[in-house]
Amino acid sequence: MHEVSLLEGIIGLVEDERLKQDFARVSTIRLRLGRLGHAEPDALRFCFDAVARGTIAEGATLDIEMIAGEGWCTQCCRTMPLAELYGACPACGHAPLRITAGNDLRLAELEVA
Amino acid sequence: MCTVCGCGTSTIVEDPGAGHARAHIHDEHDHHHAHEDGIIDFSKGPAGVHVPGLSPERVISVERDILSKNDAFANANRARFEKDRILALNLVSSPGSGKTSLLVAAICALRDRWPIAVIEGDQQTSRDAERIRATGAPAIQINTGKGCHLDAHMVGHAAEHLGLAPGGLLFIENVGNLVCPAAFDLGEAHKVVVLSVTEGEDKPLKYPDMFAAADLMLLNKSDLLPHLDFDVGACIAAAARVNPRLEILLISARTGEGLPAFTAWIEARAAAMAMP
Repeated sequence: MHEVSLLEGIIGLVEDERLKQDFARVSTIRLRLGRLGHAEPDALRFCFDAVARGTIAEGATLDIEMIAGEGWCTQCCRTMPLAELYGACPACGHAPLRITAGNDLRLAELEVA
Repeated sequence: MCTVCGCGTSTIVEDPGAGHARAHIHDEHDHHHAHEDGIIDFSKGPAGVHVPGLSPERVISVERDILSKNDAFANANRARFEKDRILALNLVSSPGSGKTSLLVAAICALRDRWPIAVIEGDQQTSRDAERIRATGAPAIQINTGKGCHLDAHMVGHAAEHLGLAPGGLLFIENVGNLVCPAAFDLGEAHKVVVLSVTEGEDKPLKYPDMFAAADLMLLNKSDLLPHLDFDVGACIAAAARVNPRLEILLISARTGEGLPAFTAWIEARAAAMAMP
């Protein structure tokens, strides 16, 4: 369950932001996660309330935007959709593709008051 | 964003004529509140009202990597290891692949030539650290409790406690887990993934993050191969698909097969690290 550690990292980044910007409450935490990345969105949602309790993020909504995976196929010379990490090109079967999108693990935005 | 006060709402206008210390002008506010017409107006925000301690609802763009805090600690660890010419290796695998047995064998082969220290990560008990200490190498045990991996902050603390000898080797034995430790950089020079032949040749495809993050794969328990249907070629092909640069050694901590190749791999990198 490294999602708990990731959430602690996210809340740490929110605390950093509070030191820089004047806000008292966070209503939404918006994450951008790649489908090929390290984090499982359902697991993040599952433990968010428990990790956020007693922190600046308590009561906030966790909004997760998923980014589809894409990779560059050196045989087809174009970007192809990629369903799994190191998967094969859906057109020609070449593997592995060089990942060009879908590896994100980012805190994108906060809605604050 | 203003890098002086951190405010996220004002535009920063660079003044090429000014020196570095006062190189920008805020168009909506400044830090000494000498505003236009001598008026300090707090009603310009979207909510049109100011309440001490509260600011109007707004969206802040953060755009930071979620692992950036860990990565900052990892970079500090790496800088420290490089300064002291310490080769740090992060051993990762599923539980029971033989990491500790391999470490004990490697330490016994290397201890006369290199100062060696070990950081052991487990959810609980200090059994592994005790096994390492029996070789004469100093070891510190990190118990992660409910945690499934070591992070760079834990390793930084452990390294301080260990008092590492310059020019030596630091082995970090991560928590047995083929998933989570892949995401957390500890500041090591290389990740070494251990896979035992009792685990199945398709593990690199099923848990690709770990094999992609590693520079060396040790295929352990080779002495058991005559008793198994394990296909070494298929396993190497699976690992190469996930990570074409991955070096692979067949090894047995029990019989010592392949151990000289592993220690030679370590010493080549430690020698390169130790060069001024």
